[in-house]
Amino acid sequence: MSTSPLADLAQQTTELLAAIAALSTLDALRDAEASLTGKRSPLAALQKSLGALEPATRKTAGAELQEARRIVETALEERRADLRREARRSSLETDRLDLGDVIPSDVHWPLAAGHPGLVSLTQRELEDVFVGMGFTVADGPEVESDWYNFEALNIPPAHPARGLWDTFYIDLGEPETVVLRTHTSPTQIHLMERAVATDSLPIHSVMPGRCFRRDTPDASHLYSFHQIEGLVVDRGITFGDLAGVIETFTRAYFGPDISSRLRPGYFPFTEPSAEFEVTCTICRGAGCRTCSSTGWLELGGCGMLDPAVLAAVGIDGEQWSGFAFGFGIDRCAQMRHELSDMRALIENDVRFLGQFS
Amino acid sequence: MKVSLNWLREFVDLPETIDDLRTVLDDLGLVVEGIANVGHGLEDVVVARVDEIRDIQGADRIRLVVVDAGHGPLEIVCGAMNFAVGDHVPLAPVGAVLPGGFTIGERTVRGVTSHGMLCSPRELELNDDHQGLMVLDGLIEPHVGERLLAALKITPDVVFDISVEGNRPDAWCVEGVARDLATRLRRTLRSPAGASTNSATKSDSFASASIDDPDLCGRLTVSVLRNVKVTASPSWVAQRLQNAGMRPISNVVDASNLVMLELGQPTHPYDAARVARHTLRARRARPGETLVTLDGVERQLAKSGRGLGDTGEDLVIVDGDDRVLGLAGIMGGASSEISADTTDVLLEAAFFDPMTIARSSKRHALRSEASNRFERGVDPQLALRAAARYAAILSESVPEVQWLANPIDVHGTIPIPPTVELRGTDIARLLGVEIAPEDVTAILSGLGFSLVQKRDHVQVTAPTSRLDVRAGSEGRADVIEEIARLYSYRRLPRHNPSWPELGVLNDRQRLRRKLRDVVVDAGALEVWTATLGSDADFDLLHRDQPRVRVTNPLAADESVLRATQITGVVRAWAKNYERGLGDVILAEFGVVFAHPSVTSEPRMTKGGAGGTLTLALPRENERVTIVLGRPDDDAKSAVALWSVLARRLGLQDVVVRSVNEAPRGLHPTRAAGLVDRSSGALLGYVGEVDAELVDAVTTGSPLRRLGLLDIDFDALADARLATRVPSAVMMPSRFPSAVLDLALVTPQRVNADDMAYALRQASDLVEEVTLFDVYQGPGLAEGTRSLAYNVRLSSSDRTLNENEVTRCRAQLIDAAASLGAVLR
Repeated sequence: MSTSPLADLAQQTTELLAAIAALSTLDALRDAEASLTGKRSPLAALQKSLGALEPATRKTAGAELQEARRIVETALEERRADLRREARRSSLETDRLDLGDVIPSDVHWPLAAGHPGLVSLTQRELEDVFVGMGFTVADGPEVESDWYNFEALNIPPAHPARGLWDTFYIDLGEPETVVLRTHTSPTQIHLMERAVATDSLPIHSVMPGRCFRRDTPDASHLYSFHQIEGLVVDRGITFGDLAGVIETFTRAYFGPDISSRLRPGYFPFTEPSAEFEVTCTICRGAGCRTCSSTGWLELGGCGMLDPAVLAAVGIDGEQWSGFAFGFGIDRCAQMRHELSDMRALIENDVRFLGQFS
Repeated sequence: MKVSLNWLREFVDLPETIDDLRTVLDDLGLVVEGIANVGHGLEDVVVARVDEIRDIQGADRIRLVVVDAGHGPLEIVCGAMNFAVGDHVPLAPVGAVLPGGFTIGERTVRGVTSHGMLCSPRELELNDDHQGLMVLDGLIEPHVGERLLAALKITPDVVFDISVEGNRPDAWCVEGVARDLATRLRRTLRSPAGASTNSATKSDSFASASIDDPDLCGRLTVSVLRNVKVTASPSWVAQRLQNAGMRPISNVVDASNLVMLELGQPTHPYDAARVARHTLRARRARPGETLVTLDGVERQLAKSGRGLGDTGEDLVIVDGDDRVLGLAGIMGGASSEISADTTDVLLEAAFFDPMTIARSSKRHALRSEASNRFERGVDPQLALRAAARYAAILSESVPEVQWLANPIDVHGTIPIPPTVELRGTDIARLLGVEIAPEDVTAILSGLGFSLVQKRDHVQVTAPTSRLDVRAGSEGRADVIEEIARLYSYRRLPRHNPSWPELGVLNDRQRLRRKLRDVVVDAGALEVWTATLGSDADFDLLHRDQPRVRVTNPLAADESVLRATQITGVVRAWAKNYERGLGDVILAEFGVVFAHPSVTSEPRMTKGGAGGTLTLALPRENERVTIVLGRPDDDAKSAVALWSVLARRLGLQDVVVRSVNEAPRGLHPTRAAGLVDRSSGALLGYVGEVDAELVDAVTTGSPLRRLGLLDIDFDALADARLATRVPSAVMMPSRFPSAVLDLALVTPQRVNADDMAYALRQASDLVEEVTLFDVYQGPGLAEGTRSLAYNVRLSSSDRTLNENEVTRCRAQLIDAAASLGAVLR
């Protein structure tokens, strides 16, 4: 036993640990690594000498050596972490800057044109058209409860009409009670509830915003998109008014040679309901591939507020009537700018972003 | 839904062109999504027999085929390999025009002349098969020279693919579509012929039926058909099914499907021999029961679902041994399926509660043609008419079939069609135009509504096929929609409403626009980054914090709602940088989310069934996040940008104040809060992006410093938090100003803005204080730096004299001293 190659193991371990503790920089650590735990380490030499031992003693000695190596390696990693922290702390310290001392006029600011996003630009243009027509603008939250997104809009739980919207559910509360809004229509409900609570009808508002549907992204769909919704609640409002507002908007936004038409549709929250189409902006109505030779492109949905919706928010349908409409902001942008792939909107390539003014 | 024109024409005369019909259907809200021609362009195609197949020298993909189509041998070059001598195949001879307008001509390939073309099913537009030629043997008894259309008993047809809206339960069949057309075009609607029972034996001597749960099953009829022989359907039945996208199976099954397509009533034929005691019973499924449906899947029944409003209820049909035969209205089970040996059929035609079917179908993820119709509401009075039609169709292939007398008809709760009062003014009030009473009458009667004229209103009762029509004021809207729909939306006059209220943006919206304009004017590009991210992304800046999670994400890395925009904008910048396009400022205007458990005032809202529950929703925070990535950008550029924004937005006094603990994502020693001096509110952060974050979202290339401005727009838009400059302007003095420069050795802990503020407050004569130099280093004590201010003094009513200036200077030095500073 006296000739065991591991006789000095404890001593060598202590020395290695001391050497590790003495390392003061990450560079020094990297340089010393080979001689501490690597090929040039005394532990590696001892490992080689084990081969000469008898099998029985080799096993115990091997285990001892393993343990020593573990201790040294752990110490080295801890030291490395300490030195990293220290290096970051000291580089942060060197970097330290009291931003209150910054003198703005000293900052060099090269002049360059910036660009708004295509969606916000389009949204602003749409808002401007509607503001010009006498509408106010309202915002609403992106996470909604089942009540606002569905129930108050006359879509009860488990109703087959829910299949019209592929919904992202949020993991809060009872299952399927909290959703990422699938349309901007919940903002209608908020507006009407508020107007009833504050006795401030009528309402003439548009509600732009981001919506979410569980659609696999492709050239024409993203899981998040933007809609603008319109709501009018007033005395004596008719379907003719709805058709008139849609037509006025269409001409104001797309140009005088583009018109609109309505055809029957179904939405649980409006009755009568309609889809509205506009003259195909590519072929100007002549018929082309984009419009399947019909000369018309489907833009959005609309209709007279369903009495069930008025009842849900406590508006007296004998005194008040109204309409709602909604369509995609991104879709308008797509139509106007011949955007061939919607995914460009979220890829944020500056060559794409730098085109809008 | 696919609807054949030939079929429609059995119900109503339709001489219109296809395009005109499409226009009418679209305008009725039966939107045509596609039009397919079936069997068109096949007039010249004949049946030919393959007599010989020869190789063509030098060609291994084509062969020379000698066929006979009744006029002697014809040599045809053909690339298909799936046939042998003696097979019968379709031949398009020279001169034939195939579907799609392709004219067959003589053609010479490798020195061999081809006198026509042998066709695949796809080339004939009969189906999508393009594996090889359409080998007719086995399909029909082929005769050489016969016209293919006659051989296959195909009648050329046009199939409209119609999208049926959710409020049109009646339009899920040919008759429903025809009824709309007949009403719009003011033509007669014909009904298809049904059979009558033809046996003296009463049905109840052979079979029985009962309903345990009348709330779920409104009606259960059972017709007994004996002496049945299971064979192939007549060809017209098979073709109708194929044109509608269904596969013909056997006469017994096909007749059921045909009736459903034609009248909208799903029926289910059972092999009576496999139904214990010939008894059908409708009841709720019990927990633990299972059923193997026709698609071979074992279903756990009455297992409560996860979705909102799901009761976990299933309605099943059981036999006399209480064995589950099928999931009512959705899909049958394998155990009582029709087989080749079936001789007695029990035909179930029923009415099931639509919501029960909808929930079961959703829970079992099992949709069928039947469930699609039942969940929308099948006419509860249709069952026996459908059975009669079924018997009529079946008797074509089995003339000896016996339909036992008095079919069994058990009733549960059947919805009663509502009656709606339509007053004279109602239509104009909703539509904005009067519609002539005779038009209203023609439309509503055409659709099957019954009308009774009362003194001041018409009582309108919906047909039983229109379970979508509601009662009361809602029903009135439903009825008026039908009037408008059939009258045509396009004929309704448009009108531009006006109101006295102004169209305006509110303060918040105006501020958002202004902020966006200023940011863009400063040179920023607006980006839009993802709201949904991965756990790993969330952990970058919010490790160990509760997160708002999507229950059903499309992908695992799109499952967490973002808590910051910084990560997204930095990543967008890095992607551009790696393309060599990083010399930009990027800005995002968007919403970030915090879990309700970490917000001090969770957003409470009503939700749950009927809005009775109170729910805590995530806190939404609108932020504006700007990353400055141009070559020399850093925290200083971010501060400079902020100072411009603050002035342009009319903020009175926002201090750029160092923070002890910067939020993660900001450089820990180059970050400051934007603090409103009057309210103390934090309006955002300014600084640099933490290099560790940049490292985490990029792949190794040496990156530059990135300036960062992350503004809390909600705080900025709140005038109580972000104090605005007063609306009354400062009138500059007409008297000369005195200007002082003060270099103040100031402790590091004193903020330069605070010092400026103290100097401004020192005397009424102070007009403006501007920091113009900061010095730190040799000559100054440790822990101090020199702040040099330019102070402008003035008075509105006089030129300041030397004494006043000197006194004011002393006041300024006193004020500086109160913050521990001394004159340098």
